[in-house]
Formats: sequence, C-alpha cells, structure tokens
Amino acid sequence: MTGHQLLFWIFAAVTCGGAIAVVLTQNVVRMAFWLIVSLGASSGLFFLLNADFVGTAQLLVYVGGTLVLMVFGVMLTASGPFSKMQTRPGELFLAGVVAFLLLGLLGSTVCSVDWERVVAATNDGHPVVDRQALNHGYNLPQEGNTGHPLGMAFLGIRPDRDLGVGSKTFSNGYLLPFEIVSVHLLVVLIAAAYLARAKRRVASDD
Amino acid sequence: MDLSSYLLVGAVLFVAGIVCMATKRNGIGVLMGVELVLNGANINFVAFANYTRLGLDGQVISLFVIVLAAAEAAVALAIALSYYNNHLTIDVDQANQLKG
Repeated sequence: MTGHQLLFWIFAAVTCGGAIAVVLTQNVVRMAFWLIVSLGASSGLFFLLNADFVGTAQLLVYVGGTLVLMVFGVMLTASGPFSKMQTRPGELFLAGVVAFLLLGLLGSTVCSVDWERVVAATNDGHPVVDRQALNHGYNLPQEGNTGHPLGMAFLGIRPDRDLGVGSKTFSNGYLLPFEIVSVHLLVVLIAAAYLARAKRRVASDD
Repeated sequence: MDLSSYLLVGAVLFVAGIVCMATKRNGIGVLMGVELVLNGANINFVAFANYTRLGLDGQVISLFVIVLAAAEAAVALAIALSYYNNHLTIDVDQANQLKG
C-alpha cells in the first residue's frame, strides 16, 4: 500500500464517517462539529487529487467561513425549553431504508461503469494531462501548483490549453462567470444583512 | 487510487446529505444537509478533473460551487433568523404559514 493509498483511505474514512455522524447526531452543535470534520477531510481528498487551490479554498471558505456562520446561526436560534426537535424512530427507519437503496443504486452505477475505457474514449487519444501545453512558469499539476493557471482562467486566459508549442486552439476562460458570481455574492450578502437586521420581535400568534 | 473510489466517497456524501435534509426537523440541520450534497458534487468534479481531460475546468466549476454554497448559506441563515424572530422556533414542521 503506497502512501497515496493510505492517505486516501484515511481521508475517505474520516469524510464518510463525519457525514454519517452528521445524519445520526441529534444535537445541532455536534452536527456542526462533525460537518467541520467531514469538510476538512474532504479538503485533504482535494489535495490528493492535485487540486491544491480548491483544497485551500475549501478550508478557508467552507470550514473557516460558512461553518462559523452556521455555528452563529445555531447560537442565535436556540430552541425553546419545551420544544424538542427529535426525529421520530419510524421516520429514521424509513430514511435508513431509502438511504441504503439510494447508496446501492449509486454505488452499483459507479462500479458497473468501466471508467478506464470511458476515460480513454473521451480523451480521444490525448494524454490525460497535456504536459507539452504547459509553459515554463506553469508547473505540472503533479507538482501541485494550480493557483497560477486557475487565476489566469478566471481572467479569461487559458495558458494551460493555448500558447503551447504548436497550439492552434483558442480557449475562452471564465471571466464572465467570475464577474457574475462575484456580483451575485455581493448582492446576496447585502440581502442577507438586510434580512437578518435587528428588528423588534413581534409577538408569536400561534 | 482510481476514479471510482473517489466517486464512491462522493456518493456517500450525497446520500448522507439527502437523508440529513429529509429527516432533520431543525432548519440549520437541513442547511447542513445541503452543504453535504454540494461537497459530494465537488469531490466528483475534482476527481473527474484529475482523471479525465476535463482538467482545470472541473476545478474552476468546483470553486464556483464553493462560492455559491457560501452565498446560499448566508441568505438561508438570514431567512432562518427572520423565521426564528417571528415564530420563536426553528422547527421546519411549524413553517406552514403558506398552507402549501
């Protein structure tokens, strides 16, 4: 067993175990903790998949930002002393049956496809990573430097596909989706601040 | 490791998120289920980016997914806070004002 395999099994076990613990735990704060464990371990999976920038963004944005926001949401919406929000045992049993059926469906689908052949067919004779297309200054993905090409792709330039030796293609990048998603994030955050603003609590009428 | 191992991890995360969304009565728990589903999709995107010719495009799409998940969490938590201010509970079974 190589180190890569060992790390994969550790990270995969922690990711899946954390996700299952999120489902089985009834306390919301412990659910948030297990979600942090699961998302952190899945960022380890991203590092194993040579996606170092995505793994870093997962740690910074998800674990550092989104989950802290959720913990604040848990704290600000403490449940009352008389309301117990437990799932009924019958519902849990039914959900377990549905979960096993769905997992069996997805797992059998993944295992029944011959991915080697599919990948070879879609690659169309090209190698999986076009090493020649990478210029100097842009490291191989195996060396774990995707930040520079990702930044260029977000600006609309694709040096990993074009500009190589004998390259005749012109690929477009992601400048317009990048702008749309950034303006979308700004609008959503302003709207969230407007929705969650402090206002007088109205009397509950039910 | 081959592609199908990573796809199986993504499938486990997806199923856990679906079950979490379906069974939790706490609104924040439903949100955590959504995060699990999005993270399972992200693992699939990055796995395909590494093992196929998708390349950098898969990583770009997974970054978009991360940003949209952050935006969704922000606005959903604002809605949850507003709901809590009006109903003094976060139980989604009590949310029947629209008689849907």
